[in-house]
Parts: sequence; C-alpha cells; structure tokens
Amino acid sequence: MNILVCIKQVPAKDAPLAIAGNWIKEADIGFEMNEPDSYALEEALRLKEKHGGEVIALSLGPERVKQTIKEALAKGADRGIHIADDNFAQLDPLGAAKVLAAAIGKEKIDLVLTGLQSDDHGFGQTGVLLAALLNLPHATIIMQIDVQDGKMKLKRELEAGWFQWMECPLPAVLSIQSGINKVRYATLKGIMAAKKKEIATVTRESLGVTVEPTQKIEKIYIPVKTKKTEFLTGTPKEAAAKLVEKLKFEARVI
Amino acid sequence: MKILVITEQRQGKWNNTSFETLVAAQQIAAAATATITAAVVGKSISALADELATKNVAEVFKVEHDLLDAYTPDGYCLALKQLIEAAKPEIVLFPHTYQVRDFAPKLAASLGKGMIGDCVGFRSEGAKLVFVRQMFQGKTAADVTFIGAAPWFVSFQSGAFRADQLAANAGGKAPVHPVAVNLSAADIRTKPLELFKEAKSAVDLTQAPLIVSIGRGIKAPENIAQAEALAKAMGAEIAASRPICDEGWLPMERQIGSSGQTVAPKLYLALGISGAIQHVVGMKGARTIVAVNKDQNAPIFEIADYGIVADIFEVMPALTEELQKAK
Repeated sequence: MNILVCIKQVPAKDAPLAIAGNWIKEADIGFEMNEPDSYALEEALRLKEKHGGEVIALSLGPERVKQTIKEALAKGADRGIHIADDNFAQLDPLGAAKVLAAAIGKEKIDLVLTGLQSDDHGFGQTGVLLAALLNLPHATIIMQIDVQDGKMKLKRELEAGWFQWMECPLPAVLSIQSGINKVRYATLKGIMAAKKKEIATVTRESLGVTVEPTQKIEKIYIPVKTKKTEFLTGTPKEAAAKLVEKLKFEARVI
Repeated sequence: MKILVITEQRQGKWNNTSFETLVAAQQIAAAATATITAAVVGKSISALADELATKNVAEVFKVEHDLLDAYTPDGYCLALKQLIEAAKPEIVLFPHTYQVRDFAPKLAASLGKGMIGDCVGFRSEGAKLVFVRQMFQGKTAADVTFIGAAPWFVSFQSGAFRADQLAANAGGKAPVHPVAVNLSAADIRTKPLELFKEAKSAVDLTQAPLIVSIGRGIKAPENIAQAEALAKAMGAEIAASRPICDEGWLPMERQIGSSGQTVAPKLYLALGISGAIQHVVGMKGARTIVAVNKDQNAPIFEIADYGIVADIFEVMPALTEELQKAK
C-alpha cells in the first residue's frame, strides 16, 4: 500500500509573530511540522507497518521545509518530495491543492493523507480539494482506519461526541483528526537512515501547473478585543489574592 | 444580488448553526441589497422546508432524493452543484460544521471556484464584501476578498452570528420549490454506516458550575496534580483543551471545545490555554472567564473577564493557597 502524506511546515507554536502585510516576517522565528500533519504521518507509518508499501512525505514551501521532510524521513517515511516555492504563502487553498495534486498525480498512490488543518492559515480544505482535483473519494476527521480487501472501514468524528462508521474504496484521500494515534519520536537510527533517503525537488514550472487565485488575503492583524479584560497585576501571590477577592465579591461565582 | 444559504439537518433535526448563517445572510442582504434564498437537503424533508419558509427568506429550495437520506460528500456535491447551476446565486453561505468542511470546498472546486471558510464576520466596503477569518490559531485576524466571478462560497463559524436575531418571514411564508436532482447510486463512492456515541462518560462537565481547565502550558502530565489541587480547593471540575486529551494526559471526556464538550459554567478558569478557536467555541458562554497565561497576546485574553499574565506554575500554588484561606 503506497501512501503519500502532505505535510506543511508552520511557525513554531511559541514563535512571536511579526505581521508583514498578509503574512509574517519569517526571519528569526523557528518552524516546525504542522502538528495535525504529524498525526497523518504517524497513521501512514502504522499502515505501512501493517500492510507494506512505501510512505512518501510531500511538502510545499521554501527551502526551509526540507527540514520537515527530513524529520518525516527520520521517523520512517521512505522518500520525500519537495515542491520548492518561495511564494507558497500567497497561494489560496485551491491553488495550493492544484500544485500538490500535480505532484501527487505523477506517483502511483493508494492513499493520500493530510492533517485536518494547518496551524498557520488554518484553511482546513487541502484534503477535500485534493480529492476533488484527483477525482478520488474522500473522508475527513478520521479517527480510525481499518484496511480490508482493497477498501477501508473508517471511523469519522462528527460534532458533539457523535461518530460514524463508513466504508471507502481505495485509492482515496483522508484527512486525519488529531489524537487518532500517539505520534512517535525519531530515533537516532532513524535520523542516520534518513540521510541516505531521497528528497526529489520539483517546482510549479516542472510540474506544469498554473494557478489562478480565487481569493486574496488583503491583510492580517491582531484582532480587535470584544471584551474588556481586567488584568490583575503584582507578584503571583498578590495577583492570586486579588483574583479570589474579585471572584468572591465582584463576579460572585465562588 | 442573490444569496443562497445551505442549511444542515441530520435525521430530521436542524443543526442550529444553520440559523446563525441565515442571520449572516440577513446582515449581508441589508448591507449589499440582496435577496435571501435557502436550501434544505435530504429525504422526507417537507416539514423542515416548511419551517424554513417561515424565516426571513424569499424562497426555499427543497433538494430531496432517496440518495440524500444519509449524508455523503459525493451525493451532496452533485446535488448542490445542480441546484447552484439552476438557482444562480452570487453568494453561497454555509454554517462551518464538520459536514460542511467535508464537502463544501469540493463543491466550490467542482464549479472552478474557491471558498473562504470558517469566517467570523464580514464588512461591506463599497461594492466589495470583505470576509474576516482567523489565522495562526486565533492569534491574528485576516481580511479576505474574492477574486473573479461569482458564485462565491463562504462558511461562517458557529457563534459568529446570533440565531435569535433571525427575522420571521414578512409575508408569513415563502414559497417552497422542490428541486429535482439527478443522482445515481454509482455516483456515490463512500458508504455511510451507523452513527454512534462512545460510552457515556461518568463526568458531565456541562453540569459543573466551576471548571478549571488546562492547556499546553501545563507542559507535562506530572504537573496536572497542581491544577487538580487548585480545582479541589475551588470545588471545581478539571477539564482540558484538545492537545492535553490527544496526549492522553486527561481522558477525552474532559475535553472542552468543538470536538469535545460545550460548557457554560459560572466560572471558567483557563490555565495555560492559548485560546485557539476550536477551544473557545466550547467555553465562551461561561459567565465569568479567567485566563492565566504567560503570553499577554494569547487570544484567550480577548474573551477573559479577568487576566493574569504570569507563569501558571507560580500562579497555581498561590491561588490554591488563597482559595484555602478564603474558605
């Protein structure tokens, strides 16, 4: 079973964000594997361990995203594809999906996995759009995958504590819900082995894909506050004492 | 301009975010002079269509077919594509539900269009509609506009508009038009099976008057005891944001947010929770919200009544002590 995982590299969780127009200043901040995608990668590795085949890690972005591909290879992916694109942050969801689909279309794949959404743009559309563009069936927010006789039985999460079982043929595209599994760490052996693994580099041009934007992020900004927060200051002890006072006599909730 | 709102129902019951989306349509219509139409999709949906017709809409489309009884992305995309091609709306609005996330981007793509998803509001600037959504886990907002010709596809987040602001139909009842769609079983590639809930949990956080909730800031499972001690001193239940439950540090039944429980306690104390929207939708109805976070720009402070900008590991023991003293 050949599985391709789409992995995005995003600013590190604690990175201070400096806004620049409709994106952020990338200098001086750290980047990491988009957490939802790490669950998709883990699921791909587990399926491979069970059913054989290879796992391909695909990432779109500037040179820095190679580091995230290497991390995926160190965890056990067999090879990587880097779609080199310095302007990736300006792609809309459909545009990014078209570029990814063009690369995926050149591979022989049984299953494409994505995380649920990215921690930066947060569009949450990539998996569904890939299914549309590759003309494959899909399912999203998946909490369990059982492969039997060339098809999958899937557990899909719905809202408010509901779930649903469903069947989906292969090949297909699945968006994985965070928490489906426990993500592994790369071992030293894995890190050493990754050095010998191949990362192919392609571009929009080499893939022969052109995109027309359907939407534009005009600007990003710190949201306007809707509620006035009363900040309690002083040492932690002073702030705690003030808070208890407020909760008891002002909000009257304790 | 014509707005089409795609409502959501499952087994004859509304997803109430549908009515919030109708309020979004009502406000866009007021700002941009538009007519509001709405669609209901499924099988045996006449009663729902009639109910929808009593709301502030000019026309209701009843998209009914045996193959639309249970939701499938293939069935919904094919049926709604036919509706959109026939009704020719400029704007198609959806509630941003899990189901909409599952099919709406594909529906838009099947018409060669994009979708601006998970919006929290909009502005009308001259002839242009600007949609506001969040980025970077709620740390920033983004103004997004469409490029190219209509139809434009937009989904609105749960809670972005208030359903109780939806006006009734001025004429009493709008016309309901059945829409015939062509679907065959071969078009539908996935097969939905049974719906179920996991074993009912022992704790019902929705009934807890006081909740102490932890997020990533707790750092390690061994630190949870400090939060539990604080909860005990307060007489509160302990809860968490999704990442904590994903890690298995607390059971899933203690998770607050869009994929967990929605609570509205008297007091919600958020410790080391940044305030990503998936969490906030599950607790923003709390009467009093307190946030403790070392990052003063954390989005949780946008909805907090009281805030302490500090290390939770310094505040938790101090607060526990003060609560014990105050007893």
